[in-house]
Amino acid sequence: MAVTLRKSTELFTVAKWLTRRDCRTLSSLPEKAKLASLEVTEKAETSRRRPKKVNPLLENRHAYPEFLPDPNPKWRNSLREKLERADMLKRRNQIDIPEFYVGSILAVTIADPHSQGKTNRFVGICIERKGCGLRAEFTLRNVVDHQGVEVRYDLYDPTIHKIQVLRVEKRLDDKLFYLRDALPEYSTFSFDMDPEILPEGTPVPINPVKVELKPKPWLERWERQELQGISNIEQYLTKKDKVRRELRKTPWEKYDLMKQYRKTIPIEEQTDIWSEVNSQLQQLQLARKKSTRKRTFSAPKTQLG
Amino acid sequence: MFRTILNKLNPVELTCGFHTTACLNEVRLLTRLRVVDNSEIGMRAMAEGKPPKVICVYNKQRVGFIGDRVMVAIKGQKKKGILVGLKQTQKVKVPKFDSNNIVLIDDNGTPLGTRIHVPIPTILRTILKEKTHSKGADYTKLLAIATKFV
Repeated sequence: MAVTLRKSTELFTVAKWLTRRDCRTLSSLPEKAKLASLEVTEKAETSRRRPKKVNPLLENRHAYPEFLPDPNPKWRNSLREKLERADMLKRRNQIDIPEFYVGSILAVTIADPHSQGKTNRFVGICIERKGCGLRAEFTLRNVVDHQGVEVRYDLYDPTIHKIQVLRVEKRLDDKLFYLRDALPEYSTFSFDMDPEILPEGTPVPINPVKVELKPKPWLERWERQELQGISNIEQYLTKKDKVRRELRKTPWEKYDLMKQYRKTIPIEEQTDIWSEVNSQLQQLQLARKKSTRKRTFSAPKTQLG
Repeated sequence: MFRTILNKLNPVELTCGFHTTACLNEVRLLTRLRVVDNSEIGMRAMAEGKPPKVICVYNKQRVGFIGDRVMVAIKGQKKKGILVGLKQTQKVKVPKFDSNNIVLIDDNGTPLGTRIHVPIPTILRTILKEKTHSKGADYTKLLAIATKFV
């Protein structure tokens, strides 16, 4: 009697264990465990990184911001986002779209049916990056013959032949629209600039240059935007401007968690997106590194010959 | 002083009644333009600080877009010109300039000056070719005096 009881309890526990196991396979737990192991291995590879919990996948969001969808729930559609990501990777396989930031200097060559040589090259500083997915675009600004010119390009435009980064840099601000009101020398770049190659593994440098504004009238109220990259704004402000600036300040916004949440894609979704595209992006990066090495290796040969 | 304190006490007042959308920078009636060729009258008008004013835009919308013909009042005279660069937000790959630029022409489309000293958008080639008809004015002469295209 007792033996049968014992047996039954044992059977019960075994069944319990099995069901638990089944449940686990159904849920997303094992995947998470895998991800964690991946993280661990990658950490071991880099080994310089602190043991702080920073997912290296998430670091992609600075270099490839257009892979993240618009956080507005009105415009979310998981299938469209997935298809767009696949298309973006296809385009990236066709041409080399390098890593750049607002403040970097780019040269863009496009197929232009209007120009005589059928191609058009423009050099300028990137003053804005916006849009998500295939609609990602960036704006270049330059001063040519004392005339400020700005051109907006789609990042995944099929007419683009080549995007070349002449200098990788960041500036102190997210958007550099104040260059329109700054002295022209701050946005003047020559068209025959040579690309500057950073040594491998160096972080992207931040250019701490502070621009000088022209006197008023300005296009926007720069004093209200808490910009870091302007040096001489105080000398043009009237007393009224300063009062208004104080009244317009919103110091509580950095504590507004809900606002932050609505502006960003949550970590869980981001890890999904990045794990989907990361391997291909890594391959593309490797291919680019190889090609640059080839170029640097072949350069002395041509000199000798 | 009293007003500022009042404002501070009542922050609802700060969300002002008038709208604060960005301006469109459209070229329409009485817009001031910048002459960018080296015609006598244009150079003098710009040097005196009396830039020309639009008195007519020759299209249906009455808002000037790139390549449109406009009539301007310059130094007490009526002259025609072609818009070769706009401040307004442009389509993708079309350059946007920091000023509204104009090149003066006469009725046959021949430019009054001999040189344009700012860059000209390449899309103007196609636009001006389309606007030129075999018997009417020939606007493509303007492209011949341009120094640089962007």
